[in-house]
Amino acid sequence: MLLLIEQCLNGLQLGLLLFLLAAGLTLVFGIMDLVNLAHGSLYMVGAYFAATFTALTGSFVAGAVLALGATLLVGMAVEVIAMRRLYGRDHLDHVLGTFGLILFFNELVRLFWGPEGRTVSLPAWLNTAVQILPGMYYPTYRIAIIAVTLAVALFLYLVVMRTRVGMLIRAGASNREMVGALGINIKLLYTLVFGIGAALAGLAGLMQAPILTVSIGMGENILILAFVVIIIGGIGSIRGAFIASVFVGLVDTVGRAFLPELFKLVMSPAAASAAAPAVSSMLIYLLMAIVLVLRPEGLFPAPGR
Amino acid sequence: MTDLLSIRNMVAAALIAALALIPVYCNLSGNFFLLSLFTRIVILALAAVSLNLIMGFGGMVSFGHAAYVGIGGYAVGILAHEGVTSGLVQWPAALAVSALAALLIGALSLRTRGVYFIMITLAFAQMIYYVGVGLSRYGGDDGLTIYRRSQFGGLVDLSNKTVFYYLCLALLLATVYLVWRLVHSRFGMVIQGARSNERRMRAIGFPTFRYRLACFVIAGTICGLAGVLLANHSDFVSPANMHWTRSGDLIVMAVLGGMGSVLGPLFGAVAFLVFEELLPVLLDLVARPFVGHPILGKYAAHAGEYWQIVFGPLLLLVVLYARGGIDGMLASLRRA
Repeated sequence: MLLLIEQCLNGLQLGLLLFLLAAGLTLVFGIMDLVNLAHGSLYMVGAYFAATFTALTGSFVAGAVLALGATLLVGMAVEVIAMRRLYGRDHLDHVLGTFGLILFFNELVRLFWGPEGRTVSLPAWLNTAVQILPGMYYPTYRIAIIAVTLAVALFLYLVVMRTRVGMLIRAGASNREMVGALGINIKLLYTLVFGIGAALAGLAGLMQAPILTVSIGMGENILILAFVVIIIGGIGSIRGAFIASVFVGLVDTVGRAFLPELFKLVMSPAAASAAAPAVSSMLIYLLMAIVLVLRPEGLFPAPGR
Repeated sequence: MTDLLSIRNMVAAALIAALALIPVYCNLSGNFFLLSLFTRIVILALAAVSLNLIMGFGGMVSFGHAAYVGIGGYAVGILAHEGVTSGLVQWPAALAVSALAALLIGALSLRTRGVYFIMITLAFAQMIYYVGVGLSRYGGDDGLTIYRRSQFGGLVDLSNKTVFYYLCLALLLATVYLVWRLVHSRFGMVIQGARSNERRMRAIGFPTFRYRLACFVIAGTICGLAGVLLANHSDFVSPANMHWTRSGDLIVMAVLGGMGSVLGPLFGAVAFLVFEELLPVLLDLVARPFVGHPILGKYAAHAGEYWQIVFGPLLLLVVLYARGGIDGMLASLRRA
């Protein structure tokens, strides 16, 4: 039972991290109608920045803040230099152009940081465990991740639903031309949205940095997960992205933890330990395929699309 | 179309002639690396031609086409591992499994449109990728070595590099001809019509879903054949062949070559792999004067390793400024 709770917390944490990636992706998708495969590269860049700035400043928090700002700038630069030219093109063009950007960023990172991975160590006050239930300890850092991502999600919700910029973002998602015709500087809005998306991806990357090794190509697998999330949630919907990311995080983590046991009930132990990892990796793709077959527009399609 | 001697046709003819002469050159010069490279080019061109059939003509952007390369390869690998080395069993089995997989994936995926289609094909390819990783009896993550290439009872010897190359080239040219006939047939017209306006095609009485599905299965089967050849060429299959970036490579080849024509992907595959080999050499040459430089020196010494820094933006430029790909550029030369 304790194991189940712990795995659910892990799943929640993965899901919330996915939400940070998916939120930027779905905003860019919903507003600029752009498929951005290079979103995972920004996640990677954020993690590398965090590693460098943490080493420079000697403090993880200062490093993280600096990395966040740096990723925001990189994102806005990418938008101004490259992405801007892809708006209004075919989705295939987006896939191809941003695929080129992935190659570019991977090699650029190899050039600057070298081929070997980086590790980021946590400050002592985060590197502890808290007793959350009698007899059950959970790492402080993971709780911090859950708290930060929930706060970001709430902040994002308030910005999008309650502020003027958020109103423009929503208006841009449902009718771009009209927003432009009303005299809004749509180019600036796009750069801003892309930058925010990049910063969110960078935040996810830098928060993962102490848990995983920072390495080249780290953004690619999680990017695919983020795409699964926004497809399940419905493109352009932040609410859909939130629900879907928590769902995907839970299914993935809990599936990996308990499928082997479940399989052992019906198969020989050898067959179960061979089949279970593969099946649990496939689980979320299966989920996505089922959702798309039943609801080809995702669970919560954004209005006006 | 009527101008048989257009620059585009001449270049295509020259390319095919050059491909046919490669083994002659390699045997004379003893440069078998080149033969191996071009065998790979021809095989990947076959896969790209099949992708172009659904993507360029059918408007179905499959981001999971590498899955069939893997399925075809694993069919050969698994049968060989279990002692069935006859190509007469292996090849039909591989094609049948690829076709079946394409039928299942297509039947489900073709219910969606646009980005959702791109992503659902990616999802299925990922599932098949993880099946490959999970096949622990057949090497799992590490892949499976094939100790004996497909046997054809002494009829053709696939371990002879020249013979194998010509077999691949012949299959490629046969496929190009087949796809060309297909695209210009009534079937092909329906497929292209469904790309431009599916609702209208349905309104005039074509069951477009079935047509598109048939097209999807044909493409998957051809790509499975490419997988069979690739497995025989590298004597090895692994899940890495099915990684989503491999599917991306196939899209790059098709678009780089030009999706509007049957031969486009052939140009694209040649350009892609030649770039992959030449760009590092070129970068090394450019960087050589800087090797002793106090700051730039350590980068310049390995400049070739970073070729993708150039290749990535190049792709972006192709997308932005050369929409018809190589084929489009060749076609526009005639008008100029």
